[in-house]
Amino acid sequence: MASASQSPTEYVTHHLQHLTAGEGFWTFHVDTLFWSWVTGIIFLSLFYFGARRATAGEPGKLQNFVEILVDFVDKSVSEGFHGPKGFVAPLALTVFFWVLLWNMLDLIPVDLLPWLASTVGIHYQRIVPSADMNATFGLSLSVLALIIIYSIKGKGVKGFVKELLFHPFGSFPLLVPFNIILNVVELVAKPVSLALRLFGNLYAAEMLFILIAMLPWWAQWLPGSAWAIFHILVIPLQAFIFMTLTIVYLSLAYEEH
Amino acid sequence: MGLNGGTLLGQIITFLVFVWFTKKFVWPPVIQAMDERRQKIADGLAAAERGRRELEQADVQVGEVMKEARKQAASIVDQASKRGSEIVEEAKANARTEGERLVAAAQAEIEREVAHAREALRSEVAGIAVAGAGRILKREINAAAHAELMDELTAQI
Repeated sequence: MASASQSPTEYVTHHLQHLTAGEGFWTFHVDTLFWSWVTGIIFLSLFYFGARRATAGEPGKLQNFVEILVDFVDKSVSEGFHGPKGFVAPLALTVFFWVLLWNMLDLIPVDLLPWLASTVGIHYQRIVPSADMNATFGLSLSVLALIIIYSIKGKGVKGFVKELLFHPFGSFPLLVPFNIILNVVELVAKPVSLALRLFGNLYAAEMLFILIAMLPWWAQWLPGSAWAIFHILVIPLQAFIFMTLTIVYLSLAYEEH
Repeated sequence: MGLNGGTLLGQIITFLVFVWFTKKFVWPPVIQAMDERRQKIADGLAAAERGRRELEQADVQVGEVMKEARKQAASIVDQASKRGSEIVEEAKANARTEGERLVAAAQAEIEREVAHAREALRSEVAGIAVAGAGRILKREINAAAHAELMDELTAQI
């Protein structure tokens, strides 16, 4: 939908522009926050209403749907994480379904919501939170915090510090700096890789949809539908990878090496 | 593009709130319902298994009761037929003795009749003989004189 007044470059840049509020550090990507909330509330209300009327008897359709996902996540957590599941399992469910809904927003035609927004005077609208690094890092930094919390929970403060100082090369004093450097790199690499993997996949996908949208209208359907169908694979896969790695990282953190 | 603190913090807080909500309101009831259903199904299967075993036992018991009943019935029929033939034997014996008694009585009667008839016949024959003899001799036989002869005759008839 590149209108005559826009060059292709302008069209793409326009599409990659967040709706912002605030300045500098306290900048808010209003669209990312808004759509995160919308998808989150869809997720929570769906599961809340499914769970509220949950009976041990014959389950309804919504309960069935909720149970299938809960069971799926529960199994993944049971396989990967051997500590107390009380917090990790709901965490994994939230990560999986929230990210899944984020990614699904990518299937909405790229011009539709920005166009609707522009009719009410909002000129920038990027609706896919997982194509915004702030959203993916928001998740992965929370996971980093949980990794540290679970390390301390599983091994105690002493155990955690000991591992930081003496693992993996041993407790010889000269080796301690190398241990620290390696452990810090490892610790930082986890959230960075988590966030960038999800971001990269969805950002690239969004970009491709934007590029396809610049083709003449009669040529859009073939690459558009092909990419969308392929993207249907990527959407749950990325959500699943994010969840599984979260579980694995927490499990590694919790257990003694 | 790029990271900014406001969005990042907003997302982190949102995430934590959502996780808290899921942990508090979503996860427990669903897991509980699933566990309860699993328990119910396990109980149901166990009950079905128990029922099946009880049915098998009942079948065995029915077989035993049937066998016992058949045995009893056979012995009852045996006894009854034995008793029946006993009754028949008894009746036969009764009938035989009754018959014999009747026959004996009839024979005694007959003998008595015969004796009676013989007596009557004898006296009649004696009379006729005396009369005949009298007629042949054309004279009266002295009853007194011939009494000895008469008695002898009578005894001979």
